[in-house]
Amino acid sequence: MRDIRRSGRRDSTRGERKYGLFQVISPSRSAKTGLPLWLLGLGVDRLRTDMSRLLALLFHQGVLDEQFLQLQQLQDESCPNFVSEVINIYFHESEKLLRNLRGLLSDREFSDYKKMGIHLNQFMGSSSSIGAKRVRNVCVAFRAASEQNNRAGCLRALELLEHEYCYLKNKLHEFFQIEQQRVLAAGVRYPIQN
Amino acid sequence: MVVGTGASGSMAADGVEERKQMSALIVDDNSVIQKIHKVIMTKLGFETQVVDNGKMAVDLHTSGCSFDVILMDMEMPVMNGIEATKELRAMGVETMIVGVTACSLESEKQAFKEAGLNECFVKPLNMEEAKSLVKKLNKEDN
Repeated sequence: MRDIRRSGRRDSTRGERKYGLFQVISPSRSAKTGLPLWLLGLGVDRLRTDMSRLLALLFHQGVLDEQFLQLQQLQDESCPNFVSEVINIYFHESEKLLRNLRGLLSDREFSDYKKMGIHLNQFMGSSSSIGAKRVRNVCVAFRAASEQNNRAGCLRALELLEHEYCYLKNKLHEFFQIEQQRVLAAGVRYPIQN
Repeated sequence: MVVGTGASGSMAADGVEERKQMSALIVDDNSVIQKIHKVIMTKLGFETQVVDNGKMAVDLHTSGCSFDVILMDMEMPVMNGIEATKELRAMGVETMIVGVTACSLESEKQAFKEAGLNECFVKPLNMEEAKSLVKKLNKEDN
């Protein structure tokens, strides 16, 4: 492989050679991208655009509301992973609640609608807190059915709730995966100095 | 905005009054809300403690703990927010108690307020609402 470092000028502050649009990290470094800066920059920008588009879609579909933006505004250097931490707590709690609701309704003799109401209030509260608008709305309809002791209505609502929750979870996973790629791409562009 | 300054202080060696950090008790059985409220109050300079229900909040005060503000959820197991607020006021606790509820029914919010709240918000609390509480607390201090 041709050693392209020979023709470059040395940057004394960083000990690396710069080659116009290219920057190659010396072999002693842990990473050698060989990729042009402009291409890495495009990758980060593109990923940022993908994130914005996905969020815009979720807002347009009514899956998320502005409460999600409030969560993002709380994230900063003091709590850099705040949003993903909250969402992970939400996933953990929601799956427990869905199991509880499914467990209650699987009993043909089920009559403890008060207990169901408690689970639904929890689900509504946490869904509102992360901006999960459609999930919350289904919880409202579910609660209405449980207040009427309508088992069939509750079963239908549970199916819909599981569907909405699944969609939300998949989309949020996609969002955080893109964010992770963006963070990695931004890190590659600015390699850590020893 | 004056943040993190308590009502009581102590004199340091150079005669400058030291202000203690304000403290907040978060009373909620919902882990998502606990996390959000903890981060908001921490950002505003509060030392925070979190409990899962009203009884734990009452027990803390019975054991001698005190706080500058209590964020109280309405619906909780063991002891709900209305009962806990009534109990705390009956004990003579004059701390600012702020109700946070997912309930949108005015009648239920009214019952919660009548238990002895200073304020009531729909959960979760946002940063602007939390800042307004700090302003009120600082006014009371002054």
